[in-house]
Amino acid sequence: MHIVVCLKQVVDPEIPPRYFKIDPETNRPEAGSSDMVMDSYAENALEAAIQLRDKIDGATVTALCLGDEESEDVLRRALAFTADQVVRIWDDEWEDLDGQAVGYILAQTIKRLGEVDLVLTGYQASDIEEGLVGTVMAEELSIPCVTLVSEFEAEGNVIKAVCETETGHAVMDVPMPAVFTIVSSEKNVPRLPKVKDVRLARSKPIKELGIDDIEGLDSELCQPAFTLQKVFVPDRDVNCEILTGSDDSQIANSLTDKLLELKVL
Amino acid sequence: MVKVLIYADQLEGKLGSNAREALSFGTLLAESTSVKIGAVLLGTGAGDGAKEAIACGADQAFTIENPILDEFQTDLYSKAICAAFQQSEADILILPFDRKGKDLTGRIATRLSAAAITEVVDFKAEADGIKWIRPIYGDKAYGEYTANRKKIVVGIRPKSSEKKEADENRTGSIIPVNCELSKVTVAAKLVEKIESSLSGIRLEDARVIVSGGRGLGCSEAFSELQELANVLNGAVGATRAACDAGWVPSNFQVGQTGAVVAPDLYIAVGISGASQHLSGIANAKTVVAINNDAEAPIFKRANIGVVADYKTVIPALTKILKQKIG
Repeated sequence: MHIVVCLKQVVDPEIPPRYFKIDPETNRPEAGSSDMVMDSYAENALEAAIQLRDKIDGATVTALCLGDEESEDVLRRALAFTADQVVRIWDDEWEDLDGQAVGYILAQTIKRLGEVDLVLTGYQASDIEEGLVGTVMAEELSIPCVTLVSEFEAEGNVIKAVCETETGHAVMDVPMPAVFTIVSSEKNVPRLPKVKDVRLARSKPIKELGIDDIEGLDSELCQPAFTLQKVFVPDRDVNCEILTGSDDSQIANSLTDKLLELKVL
Repeated sequence: MVKVLIYADQLEGKLGSNAREALSFGTLLAESTSVKIGAVLLGTGAGDGAKEAIACGADQAFTIENPILDEFQTDLYSKAICAAFQQSEADILILPFDRKGKDLTGRIATRLSAAAITEVVDFKAEADGIKWIRPIYGDKAYGEYTANRKKIVVGIRPKSSEKKEADENRTGSIIPVNCELSKVTVAAKLVEKIESSLSGIRLEDARVIVSGGRGLGCSEAFSELQELANVLNGAVGATRAACDAGWVPSNFQVGQTGAVVAPDLYIAVGISGASQHLSGIANAKTVVAINNDAEAPIFKRANIGVVADYKTVIPALTKILKQKIG
């Protein structure tokens, strides 16, 4: 079984709002204002891919990232998670892609990676938060897609996937090949890579592909379908009234009075 | 001819709450760009739903009243909505970016060779075209986008539009759509549905929500929150961290990935205030934060703060509320 997991590098989502600034020239977060990290749902997907591989004889995991040189870090991390092969695809023209274009290019790249049985991606990256790449890839590859998958296991040629619904969960039988978009769960908490694997990851090769390595790319579909014209940072801080009291029941009393006064009860 | 088509989800002839919001969003768009809007309704009851959609602002309603569509199935719904969109000759398709929208938006856009944008909360109709506004970077910023294609699919974030009152005197035409669905291959087969909920009130509908985060430290603490929620006739929510820890099922999750909520009162207990979570409560009216860390980012969002240990404050609060309002 060949599992491909798509990874994305994002601005650290936990940067406090007061340090977050947008560079008006590029409409992107100011360089140096925060670290770049692997998107957290992508990391859940990577963990799930490795776990599945380890249960199946002869299975392999390829980690795939569309990104510039800086995003090699996420592929090194994938190697430290013991991914078998890592691939980075990039062209300098791809600076401002949107989820649709990324989904299209990743699908065309996956077609070049040989036989693929399962494609995993994070459900939504924490930077632009589109949630489009998985479904677009599946359409481009003409294979099924299940979104918001929290856990899954292989049963022969079928994967039993558990996905989130509005009121609970649904269990689906999905024929391979298929695309799953992954959300975090108890089952896919990312591992702490072993020191030995981190060391080994440093010297492993990263396969690099460019625009010329993918035959028949439709240049129009490699353009963003939407253009970001302007970014603004809203002033959201509200004045928080801190309630104090000498003991818990006093605090609880003044909170109750406050809520009654605000007529929200 | 309609320019904008809205997917309006209906059950037994009644529109869902997200459908009402989408119709309100569409109506505003129609008013500011002087175009007509249509709605598409699927499954048994589509005809009755169509009447409500017209009362809520649609000029035309496209229906596929086929019982095969009574249960949501992504391949069937994608095909049906594409067929209605093509028949309507609209340029813009609007759908709520809820659980179904997350499945449908990217698929439908790809099939229609349309541009897709998701999590849209607002728009500006300007001389050079429509600017679509959506949060980015965990709601720390907002972006204004313009489309580079004629046909576009817009997924709007639930709870970001006010629902407009229905006007029973509005008139419009109801147009059945011809769509052959019996030959559609349904690839992923539903085996089982598991419902899980502690209380009867859906998070999205609750006027009061008591939510717990990593600071609670254990699953038992959630029964304390449930007790408080019961007094307030509210629902219990949780952060991603609390769900990932296995303390509560994932459908308790409030945040960008879980439920997007807009209650009158949101009580955040032991919640630090990660941006992923805050984007799910952006439209909550009054936020109360109870946390023993005075530096937690939640206090930047909360209207009322209590810096204390929840273990003693919550039981005290439950007791006093019982006395005063119970």
